[in-house]
Amino acid sequence: MIRIAVGPEDFDPGVELGRLEGLGGGGVASFTGIVRGGDGLLSMRLDHYPAMTVAQIERIVAQANARWPLLGVTVIHRVGELQPGERIVFVGTASAGRIAALESCAFLIDWLKTSAPFWKKESFADGRAAWVEAREDDDAAKERWG
Amino acid sequence: MAHIELVYFAWVREAVGKDGERVVHPGPGTTVADLVSSLAERGGGYSAAFAEPGRLRAALDQEFVPLGTVIGDARELALFPPVTGG
Repeated sequence: MIRIAVGPEDFDPGVELGRLEGLGGGGVASFTGIVRGGDGLLSMRLDHYPAMTVAQIERIVAQANARWPLLGVTVIHRVGELQPGERIVFVGTASAGRIAALESCAFLIDWLKTSAPFWKKESFADGRAAWVEAREDDDAAKERWG
Repeated sequence: MAHIELVYFAWVREAVGKDGERVVHPGPGTTVADLVSSLAERGGGYSAAFAEPGRLRAALDQEFVPLGTVIGDARELALFPPVTGG
């Protein structure tokens, strides 16, 4: 099972985990990303490249499928206006055992952060708004997968 | 005459002031970097967006490419900052 969704709608991690648990494997791993508050952050806007986003996530998922024996992969990425505390991204993987599930989940989120066409803009209580800069440690996290 | 669609994202879009535009295809041997440099020469917001190619990333026909890549017969070139999703 491969399930990829990109859009403004929220998602239910429990429902998503349930789908993955129903695939007959021995392990399901997941990561849920949340909009981090603090520093006066009021909201975050996520832009993406609609003509490319899903195809690029499919390529990343295909790489994970080539490296680990996966029964299922779910990737959900929200776009549009989000507030602190809201869910922004979900990656879930199902496999026969824990190692493939955990490793592929980490691989997928590292690659999503550095290789999928999304851009975040933060708006602050003092009126400032700024595009988030790419982080070198995100690149380093991706590089560890070779 | 052949054309290529340019599409802009994030602060590139804001600096230029539009989502994208159709321009005359500069020729198959032209690199993305060559086209970026010619856009910067337009001045104003274009200069702000394209004067420092090291801050830019690109996709040709919806695939990431290095800026040194030749445009070839691509129909769409996207120009944007490094991605920050996840």
